[in-house]
Amino acid sequence: MPLTDALRDDILASVPSLRAFAISLSGNADRADDLVQETLLRALANIDSFQPGSNLPAWLFTILRNLFRSDYRKRRREVEDAEGNYAKTLKTQPSQGAHLEFEEFRAALDKLPQDQREALILVGASGFSYEDAAAICGCAVGTIKSRVNRARSKLAALLYVEGAEDFGPDETVRAVIGGNG
Amino acid sequence: MKDVKSQARSAAPGKPGGLNAEIQSRIGHQLRAMYDDVVRQGVPDRFSELIRKLDTPPGSPQVGSTGGGTNDGRE
Repeated sequence: MPLTDALRDDILASVPSLRAFAISLSGNADRADDLVQETLLRALANIDSFQPGSNLPAWLFTILRNLFRSDYRKRRREVEDAEGNYAKTLKTQPSQGAHLEFEEFRAALDKLPQDQREALILVGASGFSYEDAAAICGCAVGTIKSRVNRARSKLAALLYVEGAEDFGPDETVRAVIGGNG
Repeated sequence: MKDVKSQARSAAPGKPGGLNAEIQSRIGHQLRAMYDDVVRQGVPDRFSELIRKLDTPPGSPQVGSTGGGTNDGRE
């Protein structure tokens, strides 16, 4: 369809979540914004192939995801400083404890296989249905479900199980929950 | 590569739902907190300008340079 004002507004409205997706995937704020820019340029160049009434965010996320994956293959050896760079994007500096916890979470997320990480983000943070996430990733719904489950198990193991050896599981849970209050 | 499955089993003996459910809820919160922090930053000028520029009808005079304006105040 042609680029109408309404469609342009809808694309702009998707930018915040596209950035969040890109940063979650890449762990690097500058690279994420470059990905978003390239996504927008590609979307606008191919706007004729967008079906009116279909899911615009899913269409844009698909473009970004595919760009990231082709880019990732080229750059996988260059990825450094992901955590430090990401922390700079935060509007408010979290407290020391929260910051440490955040960095640990970010680091654990980066350790997931890419398939699992993107599935978890799409379903658990972007709020896409399993069906939409499967369409974005070009795989079966059951595959997305199993990737999300494996991602969750692995994050739990990385974040909470190693520490549990020090305290025992109940202590860990209390510390985790009490750490909020 | 470590065997994370055996670690997970050893950490939650006999409590398949309890510990795990707490941890999964915690992971969900952390994931959304990380994501929503970026969403709340809204649309950087860089992108609204990009869309506006590309919306200029072909043939009309371009204002300023097309390559600049990507710095949008970030140090």
